[in-house]
Amino acid sequence: MTKTLFINARLIDPVALTDQSGALLVEDGRIVENFDDSPKIPDANVIDCGGHCLAPGIIDIGVKVSEPGERHKESFRSAGQAAAAGGVTTIVTRPDTLPAIDTPETLEFVERRAQEDAPVHVLPMAALTKGRLGREMTEIGFLQDAGAVAFTDCDRVVANTKVFSRALTYARSLDALVIGHIQEPILSEGAAVTSGKFASLRGLPGVSPMAERMGLDRDISLLEMTGARYHVDQVTTARALPALERAKRNGLKITAGVGVHHLTLNELDVADYRTFFKLKPPLRSEDDRLAVVQAVADGLIDVISSMHTPQDEESKRLPYEEAASGAVGLETLLPAALRLYHAEMIDLPRLFRALTRNPAHLLGLDAGRLRAGAPADLVLFDPDAPFQLDRSKLLSKSKNTPFDGARMQGKVLGTWVNGTRVWENGQ
Amino acid sequence: MTFRANHLLGIEPLHPTEITTLLDLADSYADHNRKGIAHRDVLVGMTQINMFFENSTRTQASFEIAGKRLGADVMNMGMQASSIKKGETLIDTALTLNAMRPDLLVVRHPQSGAVDLLAQKVNCAVLNAGDGKHEHPTQALLDALTIRRAKGRLHRLSIAICGDISHSRVARSNIMLLGKMENRVRLIGPPTLMPSGISEFGVEVFEDMAAGLKDVDVVMMLRLQKERMDGGFIPSEREYFHRYGLDADKLSHAKPDAIVMHPGPMNRGVEIDGNIADDINRSVIQEQVEMGVAVRMAAMDLLAVNLRKKRGQEAIMA
Repeated sequence: MTKTLFINARLIDPVALTDQSGALLVEDGRIVENFDDSPKIPDANVIDCGGHCLAPGIIDIGVKVSEPGERHKESFRSAGQAAAAGGVTTIVTRPDTLPAIDTPETLEFVERRAQEDAPVHVLPMAALTKGRLGREMTEIGFLQDAGAVAFTDCDRVVANTKVFSRALTYARSLDALVIGHIQEPILSEGAAVTSGKFASLRGLPGVSPMAERMGLDRDISLLEMTGARYHVDQVTTARALPALERAKRNGLKITAGVGVHHLTLNELDVADYRTFFKLKPPLRSEDDRLAVVQAVADGLIDVISSMHTPQDEESKRLPYEEAASGAVGLETLLPAALRLYHAEMIDLPRLFRALTRNPAHLLGLDAGRLRAGAPADLVLFDPDAPFQLDRSKLLSKSKNTPFDGARMQGKVLGTWVNGTRVWENGQ
Repeated sequence: MTFRANHLLGIEPLHPTEITTLLDLADSYADHNRKGIAHRDVLVGMTQINMFFENSTRTQASFEIAGKRLGADVMNMGMQASSIKKGETLIDTALTLNAMRPDLLVVRHPQSGAVDLLAQKVNCAVLNAGDGKHEHPTQALLDALTIRRAKGRLHRLSIAICGDISHSRVARSNIMLLGKMENRVRLIGPPTLMPSGISEFGVEVFEDMAAGLKDVDVVMMLRLQKERMDGGFIPSEREYFHRYGLDADKLSHAKPDAIVMHPGPMNRGVEIDGNIADDINRSVIQEQVEMGVAVRMAAMDLLAVNLRKKRGQEAIMA
């Protein structure tokens, strides 16, 4: 019986949507009780939080760990350490590896590697179609039995609507969650930035933001047909929001996410062809960014994730069009998201609703809460502590962050997984 | 007289006074070229490397002649057949060349932004000879010099740029330069060949040639790439010529003394009628080529001055 008592904490409760001081008792890896004051528990190990924020650990959907295939970019060990340092206690991994995770055998490899090396929970996703080629569905049942928590072809769209509708129908019969990328693929082909003045100034091929709504409209129609449970990986444009809202109001089982970079950066940040800002979908206009931030605050967009995508220097030090897309984000997810809090666009409980409770709910986890019975996956952080990010100090093997040199606020002081401390600031 | 830039990567970073300085110098080089006055001392002892990752005859020749007239040792590297094919990255190529200690690097590359990237990795002066759909600064400068010599000024003119704006780096650099010098710029072309967000560029956009050319002082035609003609962007070559090709009838809407320009190479009968191109009273196309050499001489001269200054300071610091 190990008891840990967190006292003098600012408890961020994403379920009750409260932000108040109190204490939290943890026993045998689970939360036992919340207190408004600091109780005396004789046999408990006491941690004084110093008035800093204690919240459920972040659940990050869509993390790429480059195993199998490209372990030099990111391994389960490095990703796990980066996650712990970033206050992320559960990473939900993407299947867009080499080869794709599309059979129970590769999924078991991933689970074994994760178990051995990662200090945080790792929940794998599997591909929706074999090889992510969009032609034949994977063994959704077997993969689900083997532990796949969701099915996705990641940034590839299943363009063949017949294949996609059958996969959705089959997934529905197993109540499997399907995660989709909604950028209309033909209109998006070859695009490096969002179309508009900036794209034209830089002479880069752009895609209209309308491609996102077109893709969303198609998928909403398919959900009406099939009744599947569906999560959009990233909604990044204002024009897609009304369609999402209508679909939710009509009772479709649809939820939506957004990457933290699209909430905190816009297309102008690309500036003079800075490839660390090349993402998929590309960064949007400031108007789009603001609309999407509002949608998160309102709860229309359910989930914020890092869309952690490690890339080595070679794949980024290229002319913009040729450079690889994606940015690492596990360690910068929280301080980047806190920019919205500091800009007074969202409060902490609502921010953590999108970082913890909603993803937990989506995946059927009992984490993401500060309630008795929930696993003691916790993050202690100082939301105000300022620092300047130095990418060479990141624990990820890949250092492709757009926040290099950026002034940020919010430091993780400690991270606990099942009541065990996996990160201590200064470690 | 000020020219502070260390590279010529585009028109966008240039200040109007830098443009004027460069054009003034180019103007005198143009006169001297006509008189056969040599300036072989300006770049003496300097090495100029022309790196063309994309086919070019005229621009490369123009840079080569400009360098040689100023006394530089000029070397041409056809990059298409070289190590790029063997998988070497642009950065490695740049570092390799940099180790040979060139002074002036003239680069053309099919990717937008590639010349900027390269300039970050070398310690010599870099001249952008065209990067993707981004910029082609010396073309805009030679166009500006041609206009200035023909019209006597480079401000308060009405200038129409016609054709495939979307894929044209020449158009981008010209829009930027002519705007900086306070001219009215009109863009004319089918909407499929207009870049996105063009209404925010401070230009007027027309889809009809007659309306767009009305009372302009300068008509600038752009080349239509063969690969755009096959129904993807426009229905056909003949429909394009009918609606957007410059002929006497369409040109009659411009001012009577309007000049006609084309960056070359021309597709006669596609974007321009052969008779217009050859009309010595209207066409300044040959003069553009001539000014190209003068502008490139001026650009390399000014960059060499700044390079020597920078190296001198570094030597003192060391």
